[in-house]
Amino acid sequence: MDATTNGQHPAVELTGVSKRFGDRSGTEVTAVDDVDLTIGDGEFYSLLGPSGCGKTTTLRMIAGLELPTAGSIRIHGEEMGLRPPNKRPVNTVFQSYALFPHMSVAKNVGFGLEMRRVPQSERKALIDWAIELVEMGSMAHRKPTQLSGGQQQRVALARALVNRPEVLLLDEPLGALDLKLRHQMQVELKNLQREVGITFVYVTHDQEEAVTMSDRIAVMHDGRLLQVDTPEAIYERPTTRFVADFIGKTNFLEATVAGADEVVLANGDRLRLPSEHASGSAVAVTVRPERLTVHRRGEAPADRHTVDGRVETVTYLGNAVVYGVGVDWMHLEVRCPATLAGDRRDVGDDVTVSFEPQHAAVVTG
Amino acid sequence: MAVDAPTRSPGDGPPVLEGTSEVATPGLEREAERAKARQGFLLGLPTIVYLLLFFVIPLGFVVAYSFATRTRSGRTELRDFNLDAYARLGDDIVMTVAWRSLWMAVVATLICLVLAYPLAYYISTRSPMVRNLMLVGVMIPFWSNFLIRTYAWRVLLDSDGLVTQAFEFIGLGDGRILFTSNAVILGLVYGYLPFMVLPLYAAIERIDWSLVEGARDLYASGWSAFRRVVWPLSRPGVIAGSILVFVPSFGAYVTPAILGGNKEGLLGSYIVLQFLSARNGPVGSAVSVVVLAVMLVATLVYFRSGGKNL
Amino acid sequence: MSKGVAKSTAEPQGFSRWLLRGHSLGVFVFFYAPIVVLCIFSFNDSNAVGNWNGFTLGWYEALFDNDNIQSSIWVSVKVCVFSTVIAVVLGTAGALALERFRWWGQKAFDAVLYLPIIIPDVTMAVMMLVFFNEAAGWLDWIPGIDLQDGLEKLVLSHVAFNISFVSVVVRARLANLDASMEEAAADLYANRWQAFRRVTLPQIMPGVIGGALLAVTISLDDVVVSSFVSAVGGTPLSVFVFGMLRKGVSPLVNSVSVVMLAASMALVLASLVISRASGSEREER
Repeated sequence: MDATTNGQHPAVELTGVSKRFGDRSGTEVTAVDDVDLTIGDGEFYSLLGPSGCGKTTTLRMIAGLELPTAGSIRIHGEEMGLRPPNKRPVNTVFQSYALFPHMSVAKNVGFGLEMRRVPQSERKALIDWAIELVEMGSMAHRKPTQLSGGQQQRVALARALVNRPEVLLLDEPLGALDLKLRHQMQVELKNLQREVGITFVYVTHDQEEAVTMSDRIAVMHDGRLLQVDTPEAIYERPTTRFVADFIGKTNFLEATVAGADEVVLANGDRLRLPSEHASGSAVAVTVRPERLTVHRRGEAPADRHTVDGRVETVTYLGNAVVYGVGVDWMHLEVRCPATLAGDRRDVGDDVTVSFEPQHAAVVTG
Repeated sequence: MAVDAPTRSPGDGPPVLEGTSEVATPGLEREAERAKARQGFLLGLPTIVYLLLFFVIPLGFVVAYSFATRTRSGRTELRDFNLDAYARLGDDIVMTVAWRSLWMAVVATLICLVLAYPLAYYISTRSPMVRNLMLVGVMIPFWSNFLIRTYAWRVLLDSDGLVTQAFEFIGLGDGRILFTSNAVILGLVYGYLPFMVLPLYAAIERIDWSLVEGARDLYASGWSAFRRVVWPLSRPGVIAGSILVFVPSFGAYVTPAILGGNKEGLLGSYIVLQFLSARNGPVGSAVSVVVLAVMLVATLVYFRSGGKNL
Repeated sequence: MSKGVAKSTAEPQGFSRWLLRGHSLGVFVFFYAPIVVLCIFSFNDSNAVGNWNGFTLGWYEALFDNDNIQSSIWVSVKVCVFSTVIAVVLGTAGALALERFRWWGQKAFDAVLYLPIIIPDVTMAVMMLVFFNEAAGWLDWIPGIDLQDGLEKLVLSHVAFNISFVSVVVRARLANLDASMEEAAADLYANRWQAFRRVTLPQIMPGVIGGALLAVTISLDDVVVSSFVSAVGGTPLSVFVFGMLRKGVSPLVNSVSVVMLAASMALVLASLVISRASGSEREER
């Protein structure tokens, strides 16, 4: 695209970045704690976590709206240091959109170009391009107050994209929209990102949103980066209990590490599962409800791992049936494709629950 | 049609760490924050200097004057600082004026409260349209010329004014109350009533009426629902309004000058007298300091009781 | 609006309801009747004030023929314009410094900024009188300031209390302004000045104008401080009228009063309209 964009450097690189906020009474709060991350060029990268986990502060530090207490932030290899936001090659879509209410849509979109003294002749074409990109062509002369939430969101997007930033930062941009519009915008955003080929850094607390759109997800908790991986890897092979629990529903089976590739469940069963934890440390084995299968007691195939239990609850969801199965040392949730009533287990049935070892993952206790 | 990314030109903005360093030095962020704080301070500096010069220093002079020496010719000289002026505050004449100011201000405040509370309550239960209109109706006297509004009563209370004539016509006896303490209290109430209505309205309007419904649901009568729910919740407004009426009444000068004649002076009038006629700067300053202290205490009470703005 | 529905319980029923209504009506009569009577009698064709003797515009003509009134109007206008302009600039800067920055000594400044609003005007007047007495010597050193003429003293003291009123109004507006708006401007390559001029200022403008109108109103209405600092022959209208009406009721004073009252009411209405208009614009969003 231009000279500063090249393959040698990742789009964004954070090294040892921390942010501590001090208040006047002298107490310090660590919002971001020693975060290292590398975002590749053209990647759709999500920072995911519950509110207060430091994801927005991280984004604001990349934008320059907040300065790190320690660490280094580089964009395409260039150290950002104390550089103010107006001198950084990034643009932001704010959670509240932050559209200027006294300017028309076109003026809003053209603001960044005007500030950078892009010649009038070029400006017009760029504004038109950006407004068309978000399909707001007919609204160019309206004021932001005359637009719906979804339309404002599009304008905010166009206002950022028109500058062709090296990196686009999005702070929960869909948070204020209703569910249906949110789903629609997720698809559009992803398509848009492919079309313009700009690196997106996307902050959200909605795990489904992150999984749908991202190339990679970084899960944050209490200011720390817990795991960075593709959506599939995050879902299938979480490394910590928090990540497993935060992304979708899951079951935890308490266990102890018995060697490089073996764990012992709380009931004494041995399970071949690779883990990086020291022998003897307490861990949990996580298995997603839909990876579990319920069989009549003793009818499970031999190549699957099994646990015996008794059905305690049966919930019919239309497209699925969820069984709550009590094992003597814990409770499991099993999600099966819906079957006809005659083929279902009933409350009180003795059953065997099975899963394939590759669908289980070892997480920190 | 690629647009160049903005690149840094030398000499603009705070220092930038160049790409060689592995990790930015901790503490630079603090420095940037300090630089921003400096900017804020510089932005406020002209205002600070102005207020220092033309408000804080004058205040200091008044305090200094209250301890200063008065020469025979009536000049106040900033030497031989003493407490003579404060000793004079115990004089009968000062105490008389002080007590009169106090009770007039208290009576005016109470009357304002009695008049304003039902009105504020009524306004806050109207539909938004009517409510806004009535508020404008209160705001106009609130901000329009105080002097002239007070003078309007003088026209009514004059010996052949409408109120006087009406009193005599009905047979209520002598309607001439001009130049009495009643006239001064009437003027204070008239002048400062909007100061009571607006904070009361603000407090009552904020009340969650579902609480009243809840109380009614629990078999409270209308009156006891008011006494147990509405009144306690509106108390911040009562306190704010009372202070806003009491403070200016206590130091009033214009109202007694127009409606009280020479007899019914308040502390404000006494201060003016000391400066402009008696030429006694120290005593005038000492009384000013006392009035100021009363005002500050009242304001602190207000902020302590949870008030946020005036 | 569930609140509006629930309010029906707040409204007393029956007799007390009529009492409340009558009371409110009575208070409004109390507010406006004296003003109305004053207006009516300013058109009274009589030297005595109490009796209606027919309609005349004579007192208004007399008003415009009176040289003293004319010159004091000029003093008022000059003082008002200068003090408002200075107070708006300083008050807005002060509001920005308090609302958008964190710095050492801020709390103290905030408190001092509130004081001129709540200080009794007699105290303020005494402060200014004493100050100009004592500081006249070294204030004269400042070029362009000549304290002999009361005008400078009037302007300087009016600014001292008007700064506070302006900054309170502007601050209220700033506090309602989404701070991410300024961040967005910075993110879109605007430097601090550009962000202020292009984004912040247009949006706080209603507050700035409202504050200015307030400053104009207060400056025109001030009697006490002005009568302490103005020089003989250089009194503003309010002080001149105060002197006249202390002497007693006269039809000429009535007409001056009506003019002053009309001016101040017009200003109040203007500032209310402006604040309302910008308020509804916010609600739309």
